[in-house]
Amino acid sequence: MLNDIFIKPFIDMVEAPDFLLQVLWEGLVSGILYALIALGFVLIFRSSRIFNFAQGIMVVFAALTLVGLHAMGVPAWICVILTLGVMFLLAVTIERVVLRPLVGQPDIILFMATIGITLFLIGLGEIIFGGENKVMITEELGIPTDSVVLEPWGGLLILEQKDITAVIVAALLVVALLLFLNKTRMGRAIRALGDDHQAALSVGISLQQIWVLVWFIAGIIALVTGIAWGARAGVSFALEVIAYKALPVLMLGGLESITGAIIGGLLIGMMEKLFEIYWGQPLLGGNTETWFAFVLALIVLLFRPQGLFGERIIERV
Amino acid sequence: MLYRTAGQFKTSYQADQALFPVRQDAVLLAIILAFAWGGLPLLASEFAFQTLLIPILIYSLAALGLNLLTGFAGQLSLGTAAFMGVGAYACYKMVTLMPWMNPVVAILLSGGFSAGVGVAFGIPSLRIKGFYLAIATLAAQFFLVWLFEKWGWLYNYNASGAIQVPNLTMFGIYVSGPQADSRVQYYVVLAVVMLMTWMCINLTRGTLGRTWKATRDMDIAAELIGINLMRSKLTAFAVSSYVVGVAGALFVFMWRGAAEPNLFDIPLSFRILFIAIIGGLGSVMGNYLGAILIVGLPVVLGTVPEALGIPISSATVEHLNVMIVGALIVFFLIIEPHGLARLWALIREKLIIWPFPH
Repeated sequence: MLNDIFIKPFIDMVEAPDFLLQVLWEGLVSGILYALIALGFVLIFRSSRIFNFAQGIMVVFAALTLVGLHAMGVPAWICVILTLGVMFLLAVTIERVVLRPLVGQPDIILFMATIGITLFLIGLGEIIFGGENKVMITEELGIPTDSVVLEPWGGLLILEQKDITAVIVAALLVVALLLFLNKTRMGRAIRALGDDHQAALSVGISLQQIWVLVWFIAGIIALVTGIAWGARAGVSFALEVIAYKALPVLMLGGLESITGAIIGGLLIGMMEKLFEIYWGQPLLGGNTETWFAFVLALIVLLFRPQGLFGERIIERV
Repeated sequence: MLYRTAGQFKTSYQADQALFPVRQDAVLLAIILAFAWGGLPLLASEFAFQTLLIPILIYSLAALGLNLLTGFAGQLSLGTAAFMGVGAYACYKMVTLMPWMNPVVAILLSGGFSAGVGVAFGIPSLRIKGFYLAIATLAAQFFLVWLFEKWGWLYNYNASGAIQVPNLTMFGIYVSGPQADSRVQYYVVLAVVMLMTWMCINLTRGTLGRTWKATRDMDIAAELIGINLMRSKLTAFAVSSYVVGVAGALFVFMWRGAAEPNLFDIPLSFRILFIAIIGGLGSVMGNYLGAILIVGLPVVLGTVPEALGIPISSATVEHLNVMIVGALIVFFLIIEPHGLARLWALIREKLIIWPFPH
């Protein structure tokens, strides 16, 4: 038993390094997607202290809109632009209808409101697009679908090109986002709002505009995530469950930290794959991916209650 | 006018702290209870029992359990459904291992297992707060549901992986399983829910409840005035999980009749959280109002298109339902973030001074 837990998995890893690399790569790709969703959470949380549960359904909604528009015969790239428009409309509507009347309410109320939005969007999406699984328009968007085969140490390592594309696009998106937040006027306003609402308001930053902007950026991130994940697994409401995977990422990385979201995402993506392949399937009957990330994050949190990169919690009476 | 409190003087501290300082409240409750025990069972149809009365009571109880933890002790939990599952599976194991056991006793005992698991998953609350804790309770949610699926002993190694409620009798009458009458089940559920509610009301009014409220309002301040935070938080987890576990056992034994692991998945947790929040956090009565709304609404909405003669498919109705429930949640949060219980409290205040508002 002890041998199965502590020795055999590592021997397996060393004996088949190509398989280990394959597992790590798979984990890395899903980790990137977790990180992207977590990024959407972090942005909204930082600027408004809203724990936006609707990020997951926004991913689904964006992907469905994209595929749905294409099915109506609109060229792929115009679909992307139109979908962005839809996400912008969504951001404006949410800010107007839901957030504005709820300004200043306790966190839990706003959290519940985003769950309300989630339910609403699920119902709306099912009515408009139907519940069946759809194929992401990967080729029409110019994403290569071949795979690269490497042979490290005489083994076999298959990297799908769409995964590589996803990794590159995600990296570009993160860099663009960091530049935007750190170098532009709007980005600074978002960060100022995150630091202190009242101080930001008093120097003339518009809360409403920034909220729309932030939700729109979250919408863009949702679209990118939707395309990348949809290319791997098809577009359906099952995508929504990956939103739950972003939650332990947030815990691990800290609710306020963009770096935390990315590193946490990659870490969790790879660790859960490793655990599933080397410990979960042989010892626990598999499917451990549903809870491993949460338990991992929980253990980390016991030692660092604000996550790895979160803001230090200072409490006063 | 009916709510006039003139002439009701309180001459002692006890009278002032009584459960019903206003006599009309007690009368109103007595009428409702009399109706619940005597009136409804005569009037209601089988359909009403199965789709409205029994589920409303069970959901109220689960929401009450969650409310103890979230509304009274301030610890946000998203793992309610998993604790309901612990109660249900514990009850199933007890009645299959010991078939001679009285089913109601088994249901009440099964809450104990849930309380134990709740305390174990409540330990992180000593270190973690707010949303971090909420996500941490999701660990319980996903881990326990996975365990229900993979641990064959829990469901007696059924081929289906589901638990099937056996026919159980109490004093010669079937109370659970396919042969049980829904009226009997309704009475059992009502009795258990009343017992639990009575227990919870008194707990929240006593020392323990006040300790919880102090912890909720500001835990550091509570610690400074000498409240043992560890005891306060862990008792909140224990009592809350106990009530939720009992609700879970009732859920499967008195209503569903069978359960698969994914029944206790996260949508159920959210449903119960909705009930607690729309009803009003930190209120006991709110859970009942919230459950009536959240359980009753889809049933009512489901019958509307048919009654109006609008031809739409049942799938569309279901999706419309989800949409409307989502919109209503947002709507209720906007008009009254403190829930239906607060709404009722406002109406009651108005009634007391009516018709002279000044």
